[in-house]
Amino acid sequence: MPPTLSLPPGRRLLDAFAGPHGIDGYLEQLDPLLVTGECRAEVVAAERGTEESVTLTLRPNRAWDGFQAGQFVRVAVEIDGVRHQRCYSPASREGRRPTLEITVKRHPGGLVSNFLADRAEPGMVLGLSQAEGDFRLPRPLPGSTLLIAGGSGITPLIAMLRSLLAEGRERSVALLHYAPDPARAIYREELERLAGGSPSFQLLRSYTRAPGAGELDGHFSPRHLQRVEPPFAEAEAFACGPPALLDAVRGAWAVGREQRLHIESFVPPDLAPAGEPGEGAIRFACSRIEAPNSGASLLEQAEAAGIAASFGCRMGICHTCTRRKLAGTHRNLITGETSSEPDEEIQLCVSAALGDLTLAL
Amino acid sequence: MTTAVASPPSPPRSTSPFASMTPEQIESFGEEIDAIRHRLLEERGERDVNYIRGVIRAQRGLEAGGRALLWAGVFPPAWLAGTAALSLTKILDNMEIGHNVMHGQFDWTNDPKLSGSRFEWDTACPADQWRHSHNYMHHTHTNIVGKDRDIGYGVLRMSEDQPWTPYYLGNPLWAVLLATFFQYGVALHDLEVERLFGGEADLAEKRVLARGIWEKVRRQTLKDYVLFPALSGPLFVFPLAGNATANLARNLWAFTIIFCGHFPEGTHEFSEEETAEETRGQWYYRQVLGSANLSGGPLFHILSGNLSFQIEHHLFPDLPANRYAEVSVEVQEVCERYGVPYNVGPLHQQFGSVARKICRLALPERPAVLGPAGVVLDGLGGATRKLGSTVKRLARKLPLNA
Repeated sequence: MPPTLSLPPGRRLLDAFAGPHGIDGYLEQLDPLLVTGECRAEVVAAERGTEESVTLTLRPNRAWDGFQAGQFVRVAVEIDGVRHQRCYSPASREGRRPTLEITVKRHPGGLVSNFLADRAEPGMVLGLSQAEGDFRLPRPLPGSTLLIAGGSGITPLIAMLRSLLAEGRERSVALLHYAPDPARAIYREELERLAGGSPSFQLLRSYTRAPGAGELDGHFSPRHLQRVEPPFAEAEAFACGPPALLDAVRGAWAVGREQRLHIESFVPPDLAPAGEPGEGAIRFACSRIEAPNSGASLLEQAEAAGIAASFGCRMGICHTCTRRKLAGTHRNLITGETSSEPDEEIQLCVSAALGDLTLAL
Repeated sequence: MTTAVASPPSPPRSTSPFASMTPEQIESFGEEIDAIRHRLLEERGERDVNYIRGVIRAQRGLEAGGRALLWAGVFPPAWLAGTAALSLTKILDNMEIGHNVMHGQFDWTNDPKLSGSRFEWDTACPADQWRHSHNYMHHTHTNIVGKDRDIGYGVLRMSEDQPWTPYYLGNPLWAVLLATFFQYGVALHDLEVERLFGGEADLAEKRVLARGIWEKVRRQTLKDYVLFPALSGPLFVFPLAGNATANLARNLWAFTIIFCGHFPEGTHEFSEEETAEETRGQWYYRQVLGSANLSGGPLFHILSGNLSFQIEHHLFPDLPANRYAEVSVEVQEVCERYGVPYNVGPLHQQFGSVARKICRLALPERPAVLGPAGVVLDGLGGATRKLGSTVKRLARKLPLNA
């Protein structure tokens, strides 16, 4: 890695000695957590809270800068030699602390979630990214906050709840929590404990497949909002969960108040529906260009969009056109294989998009 | 170990090299090679990642150990061990790690440390320029005279199809110089200096490349010839000499292995016309005809960066090289069935053949035009043959070619 001017002189000298691999190329042979230029984390505890989920306590290395409640990190695991990244919202209190907590819920057929739910053990080293995302608590903290969570969408909201309750008990917080039944409600016991211990926290639960078990019944409806104290209209609201829940929440916020509603949606990539070869749009993220997906190879589409992408053989041999796919599903035109893996290196000349696709180009 | 197929020098061609098989046979040959490729694609996994990480671990450890020993290089055993370790380090870094990773052989892992487009290696040539001149120019246009600049690196005459000029009388001398300074030869490769002199290349574009080369050469020189020697204070000359020797050892070794890949007698060159409308089957066929393998033991294959399986490397340049040994058995069997020559031999034999070609091509095809000078040079060619057989006798005693 070439030394950059932003590094301190001592570090530049060290990298001059350790070039071209850099000091990390040697440190990581001693201990993968010693690297200075890449975030990594060690699993220090793995607690199987429900049958469907595992809560991991991670100890990040020194490269990690911490997070704000509501943000997400990319966690990378290696499965049969291939590195897969998924986004998880830390559920712990915000700040730069020695550990962070993530909860992983199994998705049917989900490669990473099932791997972590089955195999995560203390001592395992995972890749980590710096925290990202604008879904976070505003500063100064709002006087009253409404949190609406569905399924594993509880994790960023738990981080917000924990941070709010830790920072000031005079602030009121309400949580509308939707889960199929009590056994599958992630963080159920902790929520009950928090609700019992802090008068400023109002917990309203709805178990969609176990009517009568919670304070509310059924899927989200504007009627549920009537139960919130103080009136929800005055609160800064944060919602996270499956698309149907978020659509219903959006519909309940009247025009003029929507700027107080913050929404985070996450759909696991394994479940993201892939489109057809000629559908959707190609986003060239670095060039800030979006073009309709013609179904042709991504290299041809980049050229048609006026982007000077480097290329060589145009037959899948030389890897000159290899670029990072940030999101979307692509098909390898030679092998016919498809992949919806985010953050993946692909050869543009022999890849076509199935539906929407974003490239780092 | 496989027996050598010592093919006679190819006669001047009047027909296409593809003429020995029907178009259907060539396509069916290509399909069989593709089937091997698809199986490899499916099989690659943890085993391959563990292998390359193991080599990287060994290389980084050897380097740290080698540099530590050279720091104390005033003691002769430390100097010798340190220099040997550092030579191995550079050979592993350039050949088994750098060359293979930069082909994108491990891109599928999504590990940024194994990403072909981000890897940088311990040699003078900037990685991005190498990726262009090697992965694209050489691997796509293998052995096409006029397109594949690895045919002589713009310095040597390695094919009868390169027109002879008196400059090539120095062919053997240029070869020795290229081998000695091979890392710089490789670094200048993408610059296409000979085209600059010919006024064919775009100067502004080349200036950017030249700046990249200068930056990389500066960093490499600083590290090997200033920083590490400085750590030894007044005894700086020992690490300095050790580092220079390691660079030289790597240069000679890399030159030897690389030149054995495409230039032993029996490998074919192609013209732009005959490869203009190539099918995938013909592309595979050209890769086999234009490449030659080296036989040897497992350690030899690792140190050659598995370029000892040059044929398999050219068929599957972006598949993990640690698999070439096992698929070579199948590839050879397919080649035998289709009557495609599969050129393999031990290092001394293949290199002897390359050395003879370098000398032979120093002369025009009809040495008579040179008068007495031609006779002298012809004698030189005979002397090289003798040298070749001496090397062969010595090499038999070396364990490398077990």
